[in-house]
Amino acid sequence: MKLVIPSIHYLAILPVLIFFGAALALVLASALARGKVPLVVATSTVVTAAVASLVANFFQWRCVAEAGASVTIAHAIVLDDFSVVASGVIALSVIMTALVAHDWAIRERVSGVEFHILALAASAGALLMTQANDLIVIFLGLEILSIGLYVLVAFDRHRATSSEAALKYFLLGGFASAIFIYGAALVYGATGSTNLSTISYFLGTNVLLHPGLLYAGGALLLVGFAFKIAAVPFHLWSPDVYEGAPTPVTGLMASIVKVGAFAALIRVLISALGTQLDTWRPILWTLIVLTTVVGASLAVVQRNVKRMLAYSSINHAGFILLGVWAGTIRGTSATLFYVITYAPIVVATFAVVTLIGGVGDEHHSIERYQGLARRQPWLGAALAILLLSQLGAPLTTGFYAKFAVLASVVDVGGGALALIALISAAIAAFFYLRWAMALYSDDGPEGTRVEVPRLTGIVIAFGVVVTLVFGVWPGPLVTLAQHATVLFTP
Amino acid sequence: MHSSLWLTFLLVVPLAGAIGAALTRKVEGRAYVVAIAASIVELVLSLVVAFLYNDHVAQAQTFDFATRHVLATPFGLAYDVAIDGISLLMIVLTALTVLLALLGARDRRQEPAFVAWMLLLTCFTMGSFLAHDLLEFFIFFELTLIPCYFIISQWGGCERSKAALKFFIYTFTGSAFLLIGILYLGFAHQHQVPGSALNFSYGALSATAMSHGTAVWLFLAFAIAFAVKAPIWPLHTWSPITYAEAPTAGSIEMSALLAKLGTYGLLRFAVGLFPLALVTMRPVVLTLAVIGILYGSMLACTTPDLKRFVAYSSLAQMGFITLGVMSGSTIATVGAVLLMFNHGVITIGFFLIIGFIEKRRGSILIKDFSGLQGPAPIMAALFTVVMLASIGLPGLSGFVSEYLILIGTFATHSWWAVVATFGVVAAALYLLWAYQRVFHGRAVGANAEIADATTHEQWVLVPVVVLIVVLGVFPKPVLDRVTPSVQQLIHHVAPSGVNK
Repeated sequence: MKLVIPSIHYLAILPVLIFFGAALALVLASALARGKVPLVVATSTVVTAAVASLVANFFQWRCVAEAGASVTIAHAIVLDDFSVVASGVIALSVIMTALVAHDWAIRERVSGVEFHILALAASAGALLMTQANDLIVIFLGLEILSIGLYVLVAFDRHRATSSEAALKYFLLGGFASAIFIYGAALVYGATGSTNLSTISYFLGTNVLLHPGLLYAGGALLLVGFAFKIAAVPFHLWSPDVYEGAPTPVTGLMASIVKVGAFAALIRVLISALGTQLDTWRPILWTLIVLTTVVGASLAVVQRNVKRMLAYSSINHAGFILLGVWAGTIRGTSATLFYVITYAPIVVATFAVVTLIGGVGDEHHSIERYQGLARRQPWLGAALAILLLSQLGAPLTTGFYAKFAVLASVVDVGGGALALIALISAAIAAFFYLRWAMALYSDDGPEGTRVEVPRLTGIVIAFGVVVTLVFGVWPGPLVTLAQHATVLFTP
Repeated sequence: MHSSLWLTFLLVVPLAGAIGAALTRKVEGRAYVVAIAASIVELVLSLVVAFLYNDHVAQAQTFDFATRHVLATPFGLAYDVAIDGISLLMIVLTALTVLLALLGARDRRQEPAFVAWMLLLTCFTMGSFLAHDLLEFFIFFELTLIPCYFIISQWGGCERSKAALKFFIYTFTGSAFLLIGILYLGFAHQHQVPGSALNFSYGALSATAMSHGTAVWLFLAFAIAFAVKAPIWPLHTWSPITYAEAPTAGSIEMSALLAKLGTYGLLRFAVGLFPLALVTMRPVVLTLAVIGILYGSMLACTTPDLKRFVAYSSLAQMGFITLGVMSGSTIATVGAVLLMFNHGVITIGFFLIIGFIEKRRGSILIKDFSGLQGPAPIMAALFTVVMLASIGLPGLSGFVSEYLILIGTFATHSWWAVVATFGVVAAALYLLWAYQRVFHGRAVGANAEIADATTHEQWVLVPVVVLIVVLGVFPKPVLDRVTPSVQQLIHHVAPSGVNK
């Protein structure tokens, strides 16, 4: 037997290689260096890697523009504009998180480069998911992403909640991975392949007389994804994990996991199982209704802002699912647009939460925010704008994100679903506003001003500027998201 | 056609004023001066637009000053402004309201954030009235919530947080229906015209063909949002607490102006876009309007505080406007549009005077007052004029509009008009009774000490009184501008709508 090495298009996997390479370089540096690797070096390595990945994305974009979408490594990896844009969003989130984490690490006296290595590796997993064209590769990406995050969640060794969250995340995540891979096995049994293009071709050219196996496999895959994006009823881990994890990690999770998981979900449901649209849509319908309504309703009763943001991100996951439910090009582009706009906002929001959390990362009750905007008008206004954007107020990108997914749903006749989701947004408005109101209330705790370190300040300002600028003028981002799905082929 | 730059200026001036007010916050009182200057410019601009518009009524009985720029094609997002006689009147009201509200809120001149929010609110309201595109309208319509929310929650009374939240959530939920309706309509239109891009322009969408059932559903979706905003019974429950808790200038903006967004939207969009639905929905909405008139009048009799009193009397007035808007008669609709303006002016008067009294006494409870006309005769006289206009005394502005609404509605839907007429009687009852309790009798204690209206306060109220009298005697210039546009609208709606 002769082993055939498949041809490799290195540009296609360049971002993944860069991230893994940077992680390896840090591992080696920490092993070889005498003493500890300075924090500045670690942070700049992460930022450099992410910037290099963005540059690679630029060349990938040009390549796709010239040669069209392509697959490589035995059809397991796809290079199209969709993956390019999604990778770009991940790289951007990593840069923002690295800057926030730098100030956080100084404050918490975290030394060593483990944090950065794990963040790089986890992000590489997310990158892999955006490009995967094979259930096995999706699983690989999912595992790389998750294992990195399990450790990152436990990173705050001094806090019991951090370890508790990690254990919970690890156990439930392990189950979810097992379910996912079992689903992949069943789909393989039903269609004879784990490759998404082959599955799609098989289902397009054959009629399954007994589709039970495929349905079971697809359902299990969906459960695996639903766990990762924290869709109700698979969301139970998310509030505890969001609360327990170090706040910069929470920001990273909220952004890159969503991008990676949704990119892969779209490829599985729309590219591979697009022919089964009528079967998975009702399931997704139920999932969306539960996710949006339960997410928003449970957020209302929280007093801890990290838990509140966890439920808010559940609500957002429901909204992003709307674009998937539509199952059209418009829906795909809306989903992409949503994650593009959501990632910077959520990282910036968690950057503010990191600051207010104070030393020990423990002060996350909403009372802590009383009168923040009176003490520090700029920080308060920035948080208020970020919250309004999450709420979906016009003139912020949050509005257009919601508008895009709702439009895609109404386009295919899902008016009722869109209405339910939008009413959940009204419920969600309650807690965003309560928080915003706390910012501007008169009676605050004895005014300790929060020092805003420069890098974190830059991240927050970036998030606010992005949401306002593209909130007034969404044109470029819309075009980007739309263009990124024109070439979207399995 | 006139240049649409005029309308763009109407949007830019308050925005620039808000930014200017925010920038000059360091110098004490400067922000207030900037804001007043901006609102005076705004009012002048709106009057210029009103006079320019006049020339064109005869030639083009349609929208003037129109322009359209597409901003993001996949979303169908466009900057599209145009006005007709109906929106013209609302624009003047918008500019007038912010000027008077700011002048009346002179004690807040040290608070730059307050005046900046007021100007932003004006910009967004102006945008809603100028918008000739449904998505654009929706965006401005939603945006008005944010300044309102901050104005109530920061400068309101003791229950301001609750009021602000209630107001926001209520309206936000209402507009959820509106957004879905707009999207549905946009896609219905896109699917009918093969190859066209998504487009929410009012002109294009009003030509969308739809079945009766679809029209009814869409009408409902639109009407719910506007009924919350107006408010129309039974979706009014946010308004009493909100009007009562908001600072005076906020109450003025909300009841005199933002409420009109509801009735304006009902007329322009719900009625204008879904004529097919009217056959079914007209009796329903008319009935709700009549219930609102009677229910509002009843509660206005019993309510203990003055701001809630105005809130309930506004509910009754909104009932009259809705009656006219839905009647399908040109006369009644003209009356309704006129009443939107007149009720705006009257409410500004009410809230200004109540604000002045509240500043002196620190209370708005009716039982705390008596005999104010002894120590404060000028204030009492001004209140009398506003009150009589609200009752609908012939010769004052309220009479003209209510009369038009009632005779118009009587021609098309007589029974509703008959019942609604009781509302006019009830208005006399609750207004006179409230006047009696507050201003008549013997003034003792703090009531006897109350100072009369200062020169500044008198001057703020002069435009209100002048408008009430002038529009009562000589409403022709306004009617000339409004009537052709209403005729156009009714003509568009009528073939499938009204039988009589």
